[in-house]
Order: sequence, then C-alpha cells, then structure tokens
Amino acid sequence: MDDEQPGPPADPLTGFPAASSRSIGGAWQMPGSFGTAGRGPRLLSGGGRRATAISTASTLVVLGALVAVFLVAPGSSQVRHTFFNPTDMWQSFIGNPKKGYYSVGEAIWLNIRMFLAAEVLILTFALFIALIRQSVSPVLFPFRVLSLIYVDFFRGVPLLLVILAIGFGVPALRLPFVSTQSAAIYGVAALVLSYSAYVSEVYRAGLNSVHQSQVAAARSLGLSQATAMRHVILPQAVRNIIPPLLNDFISLQKDTALVSVLGAIEANEAAQIYSSTVFNYSSYAVAAVLFLILTIPLARFTDHLIDRDRTRRLAGAAA
Amino acid sequence: MTGEAGPPEMSEPGMPGARRQGRGTPDTGRQGRGTPDTGRQGRGIPDSGTAIRVEGLHKAFGANQVLQGIDLEVSTHEVICLIGASGSGKSTLLRCLNLLEPINAGRISLWGQEITAADIDQNLVRRSIGIVFQSYNLFPHMNVLQNVTLAPRKALGTPRPQAEEAARALLGRFGLLDKEAEFPDRLSGGQQQRVAIVRALAMRPQIMLLDEVTSALDPELVAEVLDVIRELAASGMTMLIATHEMGFARDIAHRVCFLEEGRIIEDAPPAELFTAPKDERTQRFLRRIIAAGRL
Repeated sequence: MDDEQPGPPADPLTGFPAASSRSIGGAWQMPGSFGTAGRGPRLLSGGGRRATAISTASTLVVLGALVAVFLVAPGSSQVRHTFFNPTDMWQSFIGNPKKGYYSVGEAIWLNIRMFLAAEVLILTFALFIALIRQSVSPVLFPFRVLSLIYVDFFRGVPLLLVILAIGFGVPALRLPFVSTQSAAIYGVAALVLSYSAYVSEVYRAGLNSVHQSQVAAARSLGLSQATAMRHVILPQAVRNIIPPLLNDFISLQKDTALVSVLGAIEANEAAQIYSSTVFNYSSYAVAAVLFLILTIPLARFTDHLIDRDRTRRLAGAAA
Repeated sequence: MTGEAGPPEMSEPGMPGARRQGRGTPDTGRQGRGTPDTGRQGRGIPDSGTAIRVEGLHKAFGANQVLQGIDLEVSTHEVICLIGASGSGKSTLLRCLNLLEPINAGRISLWGQEITAADIDQNLVRRSIGIVFQSYNLFPHMNVLQNVTLAPRKALGTPRPQAEEAARALLGRFGLLDKEAEFPDRLSGGQQQRVAIVRALAMRPQIMLLDEVTSALDPELVAEVLDVIRELAASGMTMLIATHEMGFARDIAHRVCFLEEGRIIEDAPPAELFTAPKDERTQRFLRRIIAAGRL
C-alpha cells in the first residue's frame, strides 16, 4: 500500500483533497458526508447522442407550449405591454431623475451591498449563537437560555415584520446615533437578526455532524476545549455545511428586496417608483431579471459543491 | 500540579524546555529536539517507582456498571496488556486514565499525584498521557504533518519550525517521512494508525495508552503497527495496551490483566496467565480464544 498514486490536488476552497478514496479498512468516516443529502441524478444525465436528441426535442416542445399559451391568452397583448415593454424596461433600467424615477440597474447595487454586509455579519453572529448553544459550561447557562429564546423568536416572526419593527421602531426611540441611521442600515440589521437565527441552527447541525471521537482525539492530546473547537471541530463542521449555508444566502439575496418597505431605494423600490410614475410594470420585470442574475450563479455554485461532495462520497464508498 | 513526587515535566508544563529534562543541556535548543529521546535517561522521569496507581475505580454509563472497582498499579517502564471480551471495560479503563471519561468513584494517581482530584488541570494531565484509539481518529482536514504538529504547537506553544522538525524525526523513525503531506484518507489503515501513534508521541508523553489499536486493521496491516509498539516498549515507554492480539500480549507484556464485567479477574506475568491461569473465568476465556485460533 506504499505505492498509492499521488493524492489529488487540494481543493482551493476547503484545503481538502479534491477527491478521496477511503483507506483500506478505514473505520473513520467523514461525518455528515454519508446519508441522503446528495442531489440525486444530474440535470443532464449521460446516455449518448440519442438521449441528447430526445431531451432537446422534449425541451423545445415544453417551452414552445408554454410560450404558445402565453401568446394566445386573451389578455396576452396587454400583459406584454404592461410587464414586458422593451422601451419601459430600458427606461426603468437606466432611470431618469428628472422624470421622477430612479435607475433599477443602479438600485440593485444597494441590494448587493446590503447582501454582502449582512452575509459577513450573519456568518459571525450566527456562529457566536451556535457556539453558545453548544456550550456545556454551567456559567453560560443564562446565555444558552437567551440564545434559545433568540432563535425561537426570530425564526418564528416573519422577516417583513422584523424589518418594519426595526426600521420604524428604532428611529422612534430617538436615541443618539442608533436612531439616526439610514433605512438600508436598519434593513441589514433586521436581515442579520432574522437570518442569524436560521444560520446558527445550520452551524449547530454542522458542529453535531463532527464525530465525538474527533473531540476525544483532540482533547486527549491536551488541547483545550477552545483550541479543539477552533482547529479540529469547526473546520470540519464548516466544510459539511457549505451547501446549506449557500442555500440560505441565495434566499438572503432576494430578501434584501423586502427592505423596500422602509423606503430604501433598492431595486424593488426603484421599480415600484417607476411603475407608479409611468404606470407601467415593466420595471418589475427588470428587477426580477437583475435578481436572477445574482442568484443563479450562486445556485449553480451550490449545486457544484453538492455534486462534488457526492462524488467524493461515492469514491469513498468504493474504496 | 505541584505534587512533589511528580515527574518534572508535570510540574513545569508551560515550558517546552522542561521536556528535555535529563539531557543535561536544556538550552541546546533544536539539536536537542531533533533526535527523539526515548531512552530511560532521556525521559527525565523516575527510573522506577509506581507510574500509575488506580484504586477502587468505578464507572457507570447510566445504569450500566462498566467498571466495578478496578485496582491496578503500573511501574515506570512497565508494559501491561489488558485482555478480555468486548464490553469487559478495557477501553473504558483507558479512557478514564486519560480523563476522557469522568469517573464515579475511586482514585487515579500518576507518580503519587492524584489526577482525579477536582482542582486538577485535565489538559496538563493529558499532555503526559498519550492515547491511541482503535479508529485512529486522525484529523481528516489536516495532512500528516499538521496532524502531528497541531498539539505541540497549540498546547505547548512550540514554534512551528521546531514542532515540524520534531515531527519529521518521529515520522522518519516510524517509516512515514514520505507521507507527511498526505491527507489521512489517502493512507492505509496501518499507516493511519502509525501516524496516530506518532501524533500522540509528539507530545512526549510519559505514558502511552493503546486502545485496541490493531482491531480495525486488515490482518496484513497488523504487523507494521505491532512493530511500532514493540519499538516503543523497547525504548522504555510505560504502556497500557488493551488488545485482542494474544500472541502479541504474550510477547510484549510484563504483566497481563484479564478483565471481566469491569473487574480485574487475574493479573499475572504472561507466561503464567496464558499457560496456567488460576481463575476459572480466565480459563474459560482462554479456551474460547484457543478455540477461535487466536492463541
């Protein structure tokens, strides 16, 4: 067994080998990588030229039918004029402050900035909550109770209500500094509060997925609880939860649109202003396309990671 | 951790230099750590005396009484094999010695110092007792070198170059030098288990606990791990070995303890225990082992 092929290059994202063959008789398993989490069959499965031809024909028929229904519907021309008018779409995309509406294309940048800020804060805050909930020290008992209440509360209250409560409630307190921030800041705060509750549970699942024997191995070497967590448990936990984390962030990207209720000029709000100024809804179609451009790459990337994990798992099972 | 009878390492655990006690020149720095010292003189521990004393140890998991009054003394440099059926308490005893399991009653002392006392820093105790598990438990996200150097760097504060140099010396000694960049899942079971032993040795423990370290291995990989253990024994390491390898136990052990239902039924030199067991339960166990062709 000394002449195994050289290992695959380490994956740049996680530092793990890109594929793995499990050791001979290895009792160790990557916890969480076994089970039913795989994505199942690929979107385009193999099967040769004939299968490709069939799937192409099938796709054309289905798409053609959908487009035909859209085109022959009694109200088709009105809908196309109101929602998909190319002129209005372009006008709302570039904006015209003189006529009283903003550029949707520019406003999406606010969504992107809110998303990025919220993402970093959520990753940090949720980890903090998860670590408290996983702690065993009796000293931390009140904090465990508090974080449990926090998670229950913010997972149970609709995000829209949280945004409204923060966005209108905090300024009403008339505190110095805290009450004088922009709508986008309150929006991000609300997103962080709401999403951290979910993401902390994802972290917790990840921490639980690391086998207890890893903790024992780390502690038996004289590493403290904190060092074991930092260097042994957490890196493995995070690797296991990357797909569900990305899934939550796809959701977060589009939920930044909800901050429009506070009047922040993000894509959704800009589209609404356009529609109420020009009385044409094509601006919403523009906003929808822009959100899709943001979310689809992340969704495909998530799929890619899940596929890779599945491949690795299958390779492991074969070894 | 200020027991007078304790080995010097345990009294000055914060100082990596303390681990070179007995070499005469504690400040030779890197030269001193390059060669892993395993001789009696190199360990800086008492040349004789009782290393481990277990008194009236009880351990239960819920209603399941796993250890029901274990009394055991292990001298420094002594190698003891624990044998017995699965569930007899061998593994639990080793885990209790490493403080991985809280005990329900009894005392465990190392060189006269009670480590089961309430005010003991468990991390310091664990640094002087290495344990190797049946399932290797290497860190899968780290390569071999990182696995071996993590604890010296993070628990002892050894700078990375020194830690890596010491790790390479140990890896070289056990024929693993060419594997330092490999991740555990690219290694065979035998290689993984040898790395796990090296990882424990990197903390320069005075005692090694081996918990059925060959039980998960394919038969053809057992020998390479047993050779490593033989070398450790020859170097004077104090060891407690839970094993199903009776032939190996007969070869290597100074004493063999037979456990059943959480008690040490018989404790004797291997020649005596394997050829003329006194207790009827030991005889029954050995008959089954012989019938299975394992002795």
